Parts: sequence; structure tokens; C-alpha cells
Amino acid sequence: MAVGCVVGLLAACGNSTSSTNNSGTNTASAPGITATTITIGSTQPLTGPAAPGYSEIAPASNAYFQYLNAHGGIFGRKITYNYVDDGYNPTITASQTRKLVLQDKVFAIFSALGTPTHLAVADYLNTEKVPDLFVSSGCNCWNDVSKYPNTFGWQPDYTIEGKVLGQYIKQSLSGKKVGYFFQNDEFGLDGVKGLDDQLGASSIASRQNYVPTNTNVGPQIAALQASGAQVVVSFTIPAFTALALLTAAKLGYHPTWVVSNVGSDVPTLTGLLTTFSKGAVGGQLLGGLVTDTYLPLISDSSNPWIKLFKGIHDQYISSLPWDGNVLYGMADAYTLAQAFKAAGRNPTRSSFVKSLESAKLSNGPGLAPFGYSSTNHLGYLGVQVATIGADGTETTAGPVFTSSDSGPISQYGGSASSPPANGIP
Amino acid sequence: MVAAQLRLSRLVSPTLSRHLLLALGAAVLLLLLSAQIGAYDDYQLTAVAIFAVATAGLTLLTGLNGQLSLGHGALMAVGAYTTSLLLKDHQLAVVVVLLVSVLSTGLIGIVFGYAAARLRGPYLAGATLTLAVALPQVATRYKNIFGGEEGLTVTPTAPPAWLGADFPPERWLAWIALAAAVVTILLLANLLRSSAGRAFKAVRDNEAAAALAGIDVARTQVLAFVISASCAGLAGALFAYWSGVTAPAGFSLSLSLQLVTAIVIGGLGSLAGAVWGSVVLVFVPALTSGMASSLNLPSSIANNLPLAIYGAILVIAMLMVPYGIQGALTRILKIGRTRWGRSPASGNKGVVDWDDPAADP
Repeated sequence: MAVGCVVGLLAACGNSTSSTNNSGTNTASAPGITATTITIGSTQPLTGPAAPGYSEIAPASNAYFQYLNAHGGIFGRKITYNYVDDGYNPTITASQTRKLVLQDKVFAIFSALGTPTHLAVADYLNTEKVPDLFVSSGCNCWNDVSKYPNTFGWQPDYTIEGKVLGQYIKQSLSGKKVGYFFQNDEFGLDGVKGLDDQLGASSIASRQNYVPTNTNVGPQIAALQASGAQVVVSFTIPAFTALALLTAAKLGYHPTWVVSNVGSDVPTLTGLLTTFSKGAVGGQLLGGLVTDTYLPLISDSSNPWIKLFKGIHDQYISSLPWDGNVLYGMADAYTLAQAFKAAGRNPTRSSFVKSLESAKLSNGPGLAPFGYSSTNHLGYLGVQVATIGADGTETTAGPVFTSSDSGPISQYGGSASSPPANGIP
Repeated sequence: MVAAQLRLSRLVSPTLSRHLLLALGAAVLLLLLSAQIGAYDDYQLTAVAIFAVATAGLTLLTGLNGQLSLGHGALMAVGAYTTSLLLKDHQLAVVVVLLVSVLSTGLIGIVFGYAAARLRGPYLAGATLTLAVALPQVATRYKNIFGGEEGLTVTPTAPPAWLGADFPPERWLAWIALAAAVVTILLLANLLRSSAGRAFKAVRDNEAAAALAGIDVARTQVLAFVISASCAGLAGALFAYWSGVTAPAGFSLSLSLQLVTAIVIGGLGSLAGAVWGSVVLVFVPALTSGMASSLNLPSSIANNLPLAIYGAILVIAMLMVPYGIQGALTRILKIGRTRWGRSPASGNKGVVDWDDPAADP
């Protein structure tokens, strides 16, 4: 059926689900959209402190778009993905975003990576009314419909993640002393907010933070050890998860580590641990680590989404490792394709945003549903806890939980979906 | 009485009128240019103007007073944070914001200038280097005031209503930055032709000789530092408007080094060279990233290639034109003049052109 839709583009497939006019011919309906192409842009840390791991995300999205283009595109249009390096430096993000909007005339900014970097341009993009889609950051700042009407998050926000992890600690690691180690910005602080909501702020043995520009985390880890914390929740980017684990191992400190999703990708961490310790240790430090996920696990080769994306990876970007970053890039590219499909044949910037608020996209590869509505610009609303075994294999534990920043946690009853046969929405 | 007459005649001296005329010509040309080009070109032109303000100030300090500063990026940060803090809760006119930023950076410049005047060569470079490394950390340490790593966002200046509703905000900012650059360079060019300017150069060339000639060496050095810092403050304030965000990562050590690179590549000791250097700073990286992406290389190489090409271009440029762009242009002009039988500097006989690096001993 899905193949039929793509082949017979002019046959009005999906008319029943969309109010927009899908029949007719392609027009250059908005900046960045021609009869045959859609151009979108992004700023990514291809170099600099956040590059390890994260620099794979945009090439992975691009691989999905190449696959999509080879299979007929969206309403016959091919997607051109113009991603540029900002070195995780907000000032460069600011100038590169203006280049994408003013010179390259992109239809939308897609998957721009980083909280400090993207905060630098969110005002600008909304003033210019450029759709600002699926920011690669779990800051809840993107869910501010009155301030940023054109900005949409994608991954679960860090507060929701903190709440679900906090609930797990309360239930499965009860009675143990808990300490925090977090990045001293919106990322870490949002996560801590969610954790405190579940664990109670007064019960925390020690709260330690770091800034990404200072790689010496010795004092913080020593303070956690001195506080007697038996569980350390770590809202860290991969490099700092690795530094924390290594420093703790050196000090002979072995708490149960609970690490946020963005800092827990097993292949990335194994590589970093090996590099930082000059080969002395590797993935064995990850045994027993608790984390969470909102996408299927990369090791779950029976999952149809993993099969699809792994196949695209092998075909288009086989030089990159198959890891969580690549999965992330492909999954959010899939969501963008869904959104374009829902927006109809000839969208404008504002009709696209309206459609995303009302279309109720299916959750695609995600484990939890999307939150998109006219009052909510959050992406995935929930996560599932996962643990890493001594051999490095990740397994999910318990059900998927959804929540919001202020609401209660509830168990998600929906079932996982399967991709369309040809892999495009 | 005589002094008053002298001062009066200096106000309408041929140098000033020549500079004024040049500045006016440049302003008109730039105005016409900015109206012809697209919004993104205006945005880049603004960047050139901002860097020109900073590098012109640095040229005064390093090229003409002999004090090497590796901390001008941090001084730009002072101007940028002043602007961002002023605009955080208030709506103020651009002119006011720029002036306050110049003053606040000038104040920091006085403090640092006094320390700098006691130091020489590598010690001075080291001291200013600390400024570049330490000052951005203040922003992360006092997160509540300076916004930490995310920094502070800056409200853009809207073009005035009489320019029409469709007037691009990028062009309006370009006008502001270009006006600031033209005024800064005009004032500096004038200063350099005055007794203060001659004192700067005398101190650079030989401190003992300058002191014997009655010049207060330390005071001259502090003055040069303060003027230079004020320029950096103005550039920083414009930079805040330009990028829309003031964050510590924007004012790293590499910015300070870029400014030094610009004045060397442009032609050390010449204000025109500072402008050339700013053009290089803005346009060469854009060119190299275009080159790298057109080569279709593996991402691990392609990602790092623009910086590598940029570095290679700078090295080759320094090997081929050691006096910088302005030095090379002066030489070409000189060759042209001798070939076509015109004596060099025929317009102002007997005057050594201090702005001409090729004419320096």
C-alpha cells in the first residue's frame, strides 16, 4: 500500500487524514521549496568539544534523506540537507544560522544541535518566522509556544528524563544514598529538577557540577565519594561521563551510575574510555550502568526500525560506527519526513507549523508518543529505563513511562509501531 | 595666545580636512555598496566593520606603540557584556549603549594599561594572555549575572520607521557598524598625525631616546592602551548586536589571536592594513569552508579541512608578503610611480609617511 502511494504520487493517498490539498502540481510555495527540491539547514558541532559522537548525527540524517530521495522523495521533491559546523560555539551558530536563512534560503532549520548554541538563535529564527524543527537538545526551553511559536523540540526533555530515572531509583535502588553530578547549564539543571521532584531535594547526599571547558573532575568525584553516595546520577555529555567513570575508578569509588540518555551511548563511551585511559580500560567500566532510552536499542537487531536504519547506515555511511548517534540522526530525519508528508503538497512556512501542531504524527521509531499540539511543542513524551550488562549489552527494564514537566508519571500503554514497507512515511 | 592660535589652526589643518574628505568619501561609497548587496552580504560587511574597529585599535597599540596584546578578545568581551547587561532590562538608544560600552572598556583599559606599562616583550604578551584566558571564565563563575555558558541574548536594533517597513535589519546594523568604523579610523588617523601619535612611535622605536626627548614613556603607553581598549570595547558592543548573543565561547583566546593575525596579515602599523586584515578574517574562512565542502571527502577530514586551509593560506601569505597586504600594495604603487617617472610622495614633500610600513626604517 505504501509503495503504491509513492509510485502513484498523483493518486491522492492520505486524503482522509489530511485537510490540506494534496492533489495538483508542485509549486515553489515557500522559501527553500521548489517544484523539485526542499532545502533545509542545520548547525552542528562537526569540530570542537561536542564533536565526539555528535558529529555523526547530521551525516546520519543526510543518509536517511538520500535514501528517501532515492525512493521518490516527498511529493516528488528531493530533500537537500545543508548542515554546517559551529564548533559548539554560540557566536558561530549565530552567524552560520543567518547564512543559512539569508543566503542559502533554507525552508527550515532542522535538528540544530545544542542548548547554549541554539538559544543564541531561537529569537532570531522566530522573528524571521523560520520553522525551527526538532532541536537536538532536551532543554524544555523549546516548549514555549508564546515566546517561540516556530520552535519544536524532539527528544524527551531532560526534566521528564530526570523524573523517570528518579522514580526508578526510588523503586529499585531504595534506601541507598544518592549524589548528583551534572553539567552546570540548562541541560544538567533541568535533569536535576526532574530528579528532585521524585527523590526530594533534601535527601541528596551531594550535588556536584562541572563546566565543559574544565576537564578536571577529580574534586567533584572525590566529594561524591566523601559524601558516601552509593548511587550517582550523572547528567553529562559523553566525554564527561567517561571522565567521571575513569576518575571514580582511579579513586576506588564504585557507586551505581545512573546516566542520562545523551551521555550513555555504549559505543561512544567505550571509545572515549579507551582513548582517555590510553588503552588501560574500556567498556568494562560500563557494566551495571543504568540509563534510559526513547528509541529502540541499537543492539536489538530483530526490531524492524533498527533493521531499516542499519540497512541505510550500511548502504550510505558505512564508514561511521553504528551507534546511538547514527540512530538518533536517522530517527529525527524520519520524523521530518513525516511532518512534510502531513503538511501537504505545497506548504508555506506557517502552514507547515500549523500542520505539525495538528497532524498528530505517529510515534515512528520512538517508544513514546509525540506531544506536538498548539499548546505543546515537546517531542517524545517519555522514556524507558535500560541497564548495561557486564558484557556491554544494553537491555530495557520495565515499561515506557510518559510525563510532563509538572504532571505525574504514567505508564504508556501504546504498542510499538512498524515502519512502512519501503521505509518512508 | 600663540598656543591658542596653534590649536585653532590644527582644527582646520590640511591633514584634518584631507582625512575628513577621505572619511566622507568612504562613508558615501560604503552606503551605496550596502544598499546594492543582499541581506547576508550586509551582515558580513558588518562583521568586517566590527573587526576593523578592533584591529584599528590594536594597530595603534601593537603596530605603532610596540605593545603586543594577546588580550583584545577579552576587552571585546567587556564591551559586549556591557551592552548585553544594559539591554537586558532597558531599551536604550544604540549611541548610548555604544558610548557606555566604550567607557567601561576604557576603564578596564586604564587598570590594565598601568600593569602593561611596566612589562616588556614576552612578559606583556603573557600578562595580556591571562586576560584572554581568565576573563571569559568570570562569565561562567557568576552565572546569575552573566548567564554562564549560554550567555546573554541581545535584542536587535530595529531600523527606524522612516526607512520603511521592509528595510532589512541587517542593512541598518551595517550602517551603524560602518559609521562606527569610519569615525574610529578617522579619529585614530588624526591622532597619529598629532604630537601624541608621534610620541607613540618614538616610544616604540626607542624608549630611552623618547624619554630623553621629554616624552613620559609610561604615560604614553597607558594612553595607547586605553585608546586601544576603548576601540575593542566599541567593537565588542557592535559584536553583541551583530551576533545576538554574548557568550564566553565567542570571546575565546582564538579571537584575540585572530585580531593579531589580522593586523599582521593586513600590514603591521597601518590603519589601512587593519581594514585589509578584517576583510581577510571575515571572507577567507567562508571561502575555505566552501572549498572543503566541494571536495567530497570523508567527514572526519572534511570537518577539519577549512581550518587547515585557512592556516595554510596565512602561512603562505606571510612568506610571500611579509609586510602584509598594505605593505605589498605600497610597494606595487612605488614601483608604478618610479616606472612612470613620478617621484614618490610628491604631494607632501619632506613629510615621512608614518602610516606607510614600507617607508619605515
